[in-house]
Amino acid sequence: MVKGRDDFVIALRSVFLKKKDQQKFSLISLIILSTIIIILSNFNFRPIQLVKLGINEVIYRSSYIVSVPENKIKEVISEFKLHFDFYKNHQNQLIKIENTDEIKVLNNILIAENKRLRELIEESINSEDIFARVLIDRESPYLKSIVLNRGTKDNVKMGMAVMDRNYLVGQIIEVNYSNSRALLLSDLNSKIPVVIQPPFLQAVVSGTGKDHGIIEYTKDEYKENQIENEAVVYTSGLAGIFKPGIPVGKITNNSEQLSFYSDFGQLSFVKIVEFKIGEDQ
Amino acid sequence: MASLNKSTFFRSLLSYLPIILLFFSVFNEFDFNYLKLDYFSFNFIFILIFFWTLRNPDQLGYFAIFLAGIINDVVIGIPIGISSFCYLLICTITSYIRQITLSPKFINDWLSFIIAVLLINSIQVIILDLIFLYQVDYMSYLINSGFTFLFYPLFFILFNILNSKISLKKND
Repeated sequence: MVKGRDDFVIALRSVFLKKKDQQKFSLISLIILSTIIIILSNFNFRPIQLVKLGINEVIYRSSYIVSVPENKIKEVISEFKLHFDFYKNHQNQLIKIENTDEIKVLNNILIAENKRLRELIEESINSEDIFARVLIDRESPYLKSIVLNRGTKDNVKMGMAVMDRNYLVGQIIEVNYSNSRALLLSDLNSKIPVVIQPPFLQAVVSGTGKDHGIIEYTKDEYKENQIENEAVVYTSGLAGIFKPGIPVGKITNNSEQLSFYSDFGQLSFVKIVEFKIGEDQ
Repeated sequence: MASLNKSTFFRSLLSYLPIILLFFSVFNEFDFNYLKLDYFSFNFIFILIFFWTLRNPDQLGYFAIFLAGIINDVVIGIPIGISSFCYLLICTITSYIRQITLSPKFINDWLSFIIAVLLINSIQVIILDLIFLYQVDYMSYLINSGFTFLFYPLFFILFNILNSKISLKKND
């Protein structure tokens, strides 16, 4: 028994301390170093933050270059899919075009009415748009996020909204000098206050780690299947970060699942937007 | 003369292939799921590190693995140091297996691999969930571990061929 324990200790000592011919560092020193890095990265010391920003800058750029072949493969697969779905997409587009003119006329009057009502309550919403290219879109099983080629030098700030055309796709969570990271709505850690229209219910959209979101923290009315067949989910603007009324996705068949309007796997250019709510022009 | 140069270049490329693959995969963070199948993903880096540190540790230095972990953390956006720590734990396990095994057998490696993957993923989940308060999908981790385990034999065959070629070139 004692001999067995001795063997185990000898083996462990050999594992941690012994260096092979080609190894320049022992395992124990590197494990201690990574533990120190984990602990230090948890603190908000200025020097550590600067080192972190430097590492991020270099690695994001390098990752973009290394990812070029993989992105090309993705593009080719996407092109193939597009060709296969061409007829179906064309039919859908024809139906959409038929309804567009009608919706445009209605939309114009609603915009004018909305503007007039905001003037009456002395509220204004201004926004500043920054266009950005997606450098890295690593939808790993752990974190759904994208890295954008705009940073503090372009006035990008934490919490700004990230939009694909007019649809909300995420929020800025990390800003470096020339790039930034946005957390996608599909990430498990993402929570956005929304309204479900109809019947104008307040709720929270949470990410699921998959391609769809889930409706949470809403009235029982929603769970009692009183929602119409299809409902659109917009931002409510309650947190004061996003303006109210940005389309997020739609719910079909009374489910709690939300299909996002934007395909997060196909993002190449996005808009980073800062909303200034309640400031008079 | 030209063939000699070509052979030297090919020899160097072969011996650096594990390290090239490691850095290429951490920069890409690829899971080979181009078909967007629900839940399908596997951790190629775990397989790569496990195999090479077990069968031919001279081809994959611990410091390179540590650096690869730092890069992986930055690319996927988790706190820096976690992946390095997990990768080095894999090295610890493989090093221990090497110490206690006289003649390596595939089945022993494979069984040790599942234990290593489950242990490392559990540690990663504990650090992310309990210390950094990240919400993580346990099911994704579990399925990822399962697929990683299932894909090990396939990569074992491929890496074994590569390893024998590297060993042959070394002995030339």
